[in-house]
Amino acid sequence: MSEQIIEIDILRYRPELDEKPFTQTFELPYQADMSILEALQYIKDHLDSTISFRWSCRMAICGSCGLMVSGVPKLGCKAFLRDYYPKKITLEPLDNFPIERDLVVVMDDFIKKLEEIKPYIIPVKNADGEARCLSDGAYQQTPEQMEKYKQFSMCINCGLCYAACPQYALDTKFTGPAALALLARYNRDNRDAGEAERMKIVNQEEGVWGCTFVGYCSVVCPKGVDPAAAIQLLKVESSKDYLINMFSPEGAIHE
Amino acid sequence: MSKRKPYTRELPSDWWMKQLFYTKYMIREGSSVFITLYSLILAWGVLRLSQGEVAFNAWMHSLQSPPAIILHLIALVLALYHTITWFSLAPKAVDLWFKGKRLDDKVIVSGHYAAFIVVTVFCILIITL
Repeated sequence: MSEQIIEIDILRYRPELDEKPFTQTFELPYQADMSILEALQYIKDHLDSTISFRWSCRMAICGSCGLMVSGVPKLGCKAFLRDYYPKKITLEPLDNFPIERDLVVVMDDFIKKLEEIKPYIIPVKNADGEARCLSDGAYQQTPEQMEKYKQFSMCINCGLCYAACPQYALDTKFTGPAALALLARYNRDNRDAGEAERMKIVNQEEGVWGCTFVGYCSVVCPKGVDPAAAIQLLKVESSKDYLINMFSPEGAIHE
Repeated sequence: MSKRKPYTRELPSDWWMKQLFYTKYMIREGSSVFITLYSLILAWGVLRLSQGEVAFNAWMHSLQSPPAIILHLIALVLALYHTITWFSLAPKAVDLWFKGKRLDDKVIVSGHYAAFIVVTVFCILIITL
């Protein structure tokens, strides 16, 4: 039996040598159970050791191996050759991010946005204005209260949703799907008292109102987080915020 | 010395043609152009109505020309497309909880269709009766 071969086009970019990216084609033996990530490892081990790509866990939890597989943002470890064979596969670094080298992108902007939305529990303050302390004991939470935010807490920061977002492509000032989903995760947590602080981020043009509900972020998300839903729910909250502010006698209550 | 030189790719102007999902989204957004035209024609009719019977009948007559019929057919198809795609997205913006569980997507979507049918029947009754 002759060996089956699959072709893979990879967008290469070596900053010290190249002015702009170029495509290099590789041929490797086809195996139905081989993931895209394993194919890249095969190429690096046997065909071209200079190729660069990010990876770590091989099991869709570290979020490192995101890349464009034939034009669709995917995790390399969660996409398989059998889903494309006998067609040629094209691999490119994630869209909407600058290319550092080959399939490695610069994610600094994404990380900055994750930090900006205050992704931590902001404790309730007591009557004396002091934040809740560890000595006050553990937080109590019912399964129902956890269910309200759990889905939005499953994000692995792989960045596929940013590569899928045309609004982020057009203007990187947009806070973006994953950061807003994480924001929703904290706002919906009953242990958190930071909603007023975070609504300032939500209400901006670069916040939820930069989203035009394309919805592709939720399609490509490998963890079922549904960032598009998180953003639409935040739009409802933002509208409520606006109306309450308009009719509240003290003016802006969230200022 | 750093050899870093991050490369930023340009967004091609035909980005929405390369992925069916984006194309469908652009059609949904583009439907607003025809729905705006439809609304303007309708508003024009109200204006003509205020100018008397002759003016209104002239407006009614102009609507029967083939270009007007084609325009209205396109507007109808796009309005239906927008409605169907919008209804399918509706559960994402609805956060209703019932007995500790989020209301099922199907219930929210069928609720929208039920309301759509009730309003349509009501409007048809008003127009025809």
